[in-house]
Amino acid sequence: MKTLTRWFSRNLIRVYMVLGFTYLFIPVAYTFAFSFNDYIKSNLVWRGFTWNNWKQPCGVLDVCPALGNSIKIGLLATFIATILGTLIAFALGRYAFKGRAVTNTLIFLPMASPELVLGASLLTIFLNLGMNLGFWTIVIAHVMFCISFVVVTVKARIASLDPRLEQAAMDLYADERETFRRVTFPLVAPGIAGAALLAFSLSFDDFIITNFNSGTTITFPLYVYTHAERGLPAQANVIGSAMFFLALLIVVAGQIVSKKVKVGK
Amino acid sequence: MAVIARAKDASTSELKKKSLVPYFLLAPGLIWLSLFFVAPIITLVGTATKTPGAGIGEFVQTYRWANYWDAITGSAGQFGRSFLYATIATLIALAIAYPLAYGIAFKSGKYKNILLVLVVAPFFCSFILRTIAWKQILGQNGPVFRLLLDLHLATPMTHLTASPSAVIIGLAYNFLPFMTLPLYGSLERIDPRVLEASGDLYANAFTTFRRVTVPLSMPGVVAGTLLTFIPAAGDYVNAEILGNPSTKMIGNVINAQFLNTQDYPLAASLSFILMIIISVLVMVYIRKAGTEELV
Repeated sequence: MKTLTRWFSRNLIRVYMVLGFTYLFIPVAYTFAFSFNDYIKSNLVWRGFTWNNWKQPCGVLDVCPALGNSIKIGLLATFIATILGTLIAFALGRYAFKGRAVTNTLIFLPMASPELVLGASLLTIFLNLGMNLGFWTIVIAHVMFCISFVVVTVKARIASLDPRLEQAAMDLYADERETFRRVTFPLVAPGIAGAALLAFSLSFDDFIITNFNSGTTITFPLYVYTHAERGLPAQANVIGSAMFFLALLIVVAGQIVSKKVKVGK
Repeated sequence: MAVIARAKDASTSELKKKSLVPYFLLAPGLIWLSLFFVAPIITLVGTATKTPGAGIGEFVQTYRWANYWDAITGSAGQFGRSFLYATIATLIALAIAYPLAYGIAFKSGKYKNILLVLVVAPFFCSFILRTIAWKQILGQNGPVFRLLLDLHLATPMTHLTASPSAVIIGLAYNFLPFMTLPLYGSLERIDPRVLEASGDLYANAFTTFRRVTVPLSMPGVVAGTLLTFIPAAGDYVNAEILGNPSTKMIGNVINAQFLNTQDYPLAASLSFILMIIISVLVMVYIRKAGTEELV
């Protein structure tokens, strides 16, 4: 019995982990594999290997403009949301003020609301105001749902800082501004970078809220969704896979850099 | 949410007390959220009580609160199905994610960070693409179905997709990282010495797990189940891609009413009801699970 439980605790978890990760990666692997399919019209059945889709990722109408929109919207929304969210995180992490509970609730609620409700209510207000739906309404919506995630990520980083570091800077005659510029901000920066990456990936992959507020503008997830019925070109798989590997590369590079910085200290 | 739980606000005495600075920091972000989150929700409530006006596609405010009742009776089935599917999907995700998070936290040594990145990695390959991939993997031309055919476990008439189970599997799959990360967060913070102490007191591995590990990981369980349940209950993409007409969830109804039928009052009242039901469920759940520090 004892050896059995020991085997259970030592190996079953590993077997389980392998199964879990397999489940997570099956659709990704499928998407990647079918990006090499020599397809005609619809990419449903395997017809043979080809590099063509990777050589001409923009070879189908509308794919690359949609990707371009997604990247532009993602960068803009990330930029605005990261600034607004970081400011809020500093206010929450560094100052005592009245209205703290209200602020926390206002930050928490968008994360706890179904995307559908966020998208639908924004559409209602845009319609009531007679605003034209399109690029800018998508940016507005994305900034709105990204802010909370930025606040939470950056706030966690600020809370994990050792307050003695800032005290030390002050003891060494740095004024408040210099302490912030040379001590606090560099220490919080990795948190801000992480928050920005999170915001970009949320914006880039968003479908439900975007679908409500996009008008005639097409982003990459919208493109994939609308073309799924008629048969998706393998170029969509190429772009999906490329984004996957690119993001993986950025995260791994970020980890290596932060490790080197730590060793350097 | 796990992050919120972890980053409990520093005790107020340590914080700087300056009258105006925090408000300047808060203002831009909170104004954005007021304009594009609070105001829209209020508008949604207002739109819900409108009735059709003279023109086509025109609605006038008549404060017809019965709209809410009509909405809930008209779509009771889809509401029930949404919460049923979301509950089952959340339980499946918990069953898959708990051992995964446990393994990453306690059994993976120096590979911990890489494995954590791998949990989130599928997110970067578009959510819609992955759902479509499931449809094709499980579909009539897909490898799984062919294998079942060859093994005579299926006939050409059986379906793996276009079924409630396909929708539930899709939901559980899509929100799995939301379940795994908070679980990992709370498991990783457990002091290994606590587990050793339990062993020293003659508890076997299973008892230690049940009496020590699980209770200590409860904040992660609560956060993870909420982060899975909330988006799953409001989702319509999985039901659209992996389901059939009789697996429609409330999200499908709201989406169709808004974007196709353009019955905005009905769509608005359905959205608001969905939000209220979820909020109530979440509050009851948090009370029961006893981790109020979460919010």
